[in-house]
Amino acid sequence: MKIALVGNPNTGKSTLFNSLTGLNQKIGNFPGITVDKKTGHCKLSNGQQVEVIDLPGCYSLYPKSKDEAIVLEVLTNPKNSSYPDLIVVVVDATNLKRNLLLFTQVADLKIPVILALNMTDAARKEKIVVDIDKMSQKLGVQVVPISARKNENIELLKQSIADAPAIALQKESIAVNGIAPELIAQIKNDIKVKQDYVALLLAHQHEILDYLTDDESNHIESLEQVNAFHSEKSQTRETIERYDFISRVLNDTVTQLPKNIADTPTGKIDKFLTHKVWGFVSFIAILLLIFQAIFAWAEYPMGLIENFFAWLDEWGRHYVPEGVLADLIFDGILAGLGGVLVFIPQIAILFGFIAILEDTGYMARITFLMDRIMRKVGLNGKSVVPMIGGLACAVPSIMAARNIESWKDRIITIMVTPLISCAARLPVYTLLISLVVPNDKLWGFFNLQGLALMAMYLIGTIGAVVVAWVMKKIIKSKERSYFILELPVYRTPRWRSVFLTMYEKVKTFVLQVGKVIIAMSIVLWVLATYGPPGRMDAIEEKYQSATYSDKFAPEEIEYMVSSEKLENSYVGILGRTIEPVIRPLGFDWKIGIALITSFAAREVFVGTMATIYSVAEPEEDTSTIRQKMLNARDTITGEPVYTVATAFSLMIFYAFAMQCISTVAVVYRETKSWKWPVIQLSYMTALAYFASLIVYQVLK
Amino acid sequence: MKLTALKPGKSGIIKDFTDLNLSVKLMEMGCLPGERITFERVAPLGDPIAISVSGYQLSLRKEEAATIIVEELIKTV
Repeated sequence: MKIALVGNPNTGKSTLFNSLTGLNQKIGNFPGITVDKKTGHCKLSNGQQVEVIDLPGCYSLYPKSKDEAIVLEVLTNPKNSSYPDLIVVVVDATNLKRNLLLFTQVADLKIPVILALNMTDAARKEKIVVDIDKMSQKLGVQVVPISARKNENIELLKQSIADAPAIALQKESIAVNGIAPELIAQIKNDIKVKQDYVALLLAHQHEILDYLTDDESNHIESLEQVNAFHSEKSQTRETIERYDFISRVLNDTVTQLPKNIADTPTGKIDKFLTHKVWGFVSFIAILLLIFQAIFAWAEYPMGLIENFFAWLDEWGRHYVPEGVLADLIFDGILAGLGGVLVFIPQIAILFGFIAILEDTGYMARITFLMDRIMRKVGLNGKSVVPMIGGLACAVPSIMAARNIESWKDRIITIMVTPLISCAARLPVYTLLISLVVPNDKLWGFFNLQGLALMAMYLIGTIGAVVVAWVMKKIIKSKERSYFILELPVYRTPRWRSVFLTMYEKVKTFVLQVGKVIIAMSIVLWVLATYGPPGRMDAIEEKYQSATYSDKFAPEEIEYMVSSEKLENSYVGILGRTIEPVIRPLGFDWKIGIALITSFAAREVFVGTMATIYSVAEPEEDTSTIRQKMLNARDTITGEPVYTVATAFSLMIFYAFAMQCISTVAVVYRETKSWKWPVIQLSYMTALAYFASLIVYQVLK
Repeated sequence: MKLTALKPGKSGIIKDFTDLNLSVKLMEMGCLPGERITFERVAPLGDPIAISVSGYQLSLRKEEAATIIVEELIKTV
């Protein structure tokens, strides 16, 4: 048996899903955070195992976004694999009127339905009294008062699910057939639809429903013309009739005091958090706190992880005999692994904050504060969430852009989000900054390295804004951009779900990104160790001759051998091939190698550097990559490789270049065409190249 | 009068909409003719605005809010 959870955003639907299934996923207070189809299993009291599907939150069956369209897609197509046997409509008991609109629509689909009145604890506080039995009688369905947050009455809901009849018993809310009798009859007959309301929905939505064939869709279109069907007028009539019905039901079943939002706790908090001055002061303070947390609080655990890997390397080498295997394990795998795991504290902290912002309802206020600015540059107040998320990782953030209803705003958000400096750039920045920026204080207060880092984040953000503005001018769209956003009631964050979010994000990162990085590390190690046949032997022979052994100490020769071997390895050849192109940016072939290997994921840069420099210096040491890079000299000029000009040029390159195969993949998935990822990859690469060129030539 | 002509903190009764396309979306969110609507506040940068209707808060852009025609309620309940 399949059960679908349906409800408005911010009704605690995801919390209920967790309670029912025990499976945990992200829960937010921000509209539309439930994006992907989530399923889980639930055991009922009679021992029956049922499948539970958590559908995206929506306000009605007339979708305004892709997310909401999924609900329509699933519930109107009996052939859909998620088509439920029973729907549990979750409504917020403190906001019944608006919530019941969706219920009456869903009920008219004539799938068996249960009404779950959630947040009854909050309703009790507001002195809202619901006559459950009477409501149940009026609607013809089981009505179950619950509190998903407090885990109240979940067993009762499970019992109701077990008791639910197999056929739909709900009463008619409105006379659907009266809205467009001939059209409904024709669609029912021609498209083989059983329910009046499904036929009416097809008339409205046939263009966005993927399961209809082109022929069917065109046929519905022509039927509409024959019947002079006016979609908006029809929807207006339907909505008004539904609200009339709802008002009648609520009049008979609910007693509540008139509520003045300004007097509620939420109203009072909003007075401060959206205040002209204090609103921005608190917003900036929150952003600063997040930055502080990512950079300062994460330092200690990151140091521990780094030390652990240094220790592991030293310890391991005592046990594994020197040779190819040891090199593969320590220079290839371990070095790569260390480079990945060191991110964990930062990712956990950032996603922890994002979860708190969503859970408390503050994320919607950020949108409220920022819409004006964002709109100026072609974005939408709702773009703020993906862009703040972009500080962590563009991949989930681009998925979060589904929430933006306007196609144009959404595309632009997707296109610029990867310009926001993500967590993967952080190690590149910190490594390069520590090489060339002194760890001094400016005016005894501002740390220079911190300032440089902040500048990198600013540059990325400014880049995103400028590109968005340009795209706003280029992309043409007739579609209107809407901004109708619920400002949910403030709630305390559920710490359990915050920690679960942190855990899940770290897990996803380690498993998905880590996999790529370790695979790349091994491939890179092989490419860096082996070269075209004959070349390596020739190098060995060359250095064995008396010309060298007379002049140099054995260690020096060993160093020269490794260095030359690397130059002649496959990866060296690859790096050298692109060197002419990147030389104007101040990059040598070693950096060229890192650019190639980190095309899959930026943070591979650090791992590549670790591998390259530990391959180049075979003597056993556990000095950090930083020192190895500091000692690096240009093979031609003998000058240090990492000058201020090169380091900043490189950072600018990483700030703007795509260098992330996962983002390319997710943009393809979200836009359903190769057009956008190709445009994005091209413009970002070009932007990165020319920006780095300018930076290097100016600073040189 | 337009909703945006109300002063923040004042309420009105929704009478009509001037934009059919938008009205459908507003009605879904509970902004129905005859419903009481309160202009709660303006965002710090002057746009969007926050309104409350049927017991919850909604944020709209000014140009969207201006499509809602209201009759001002003089005394607030």
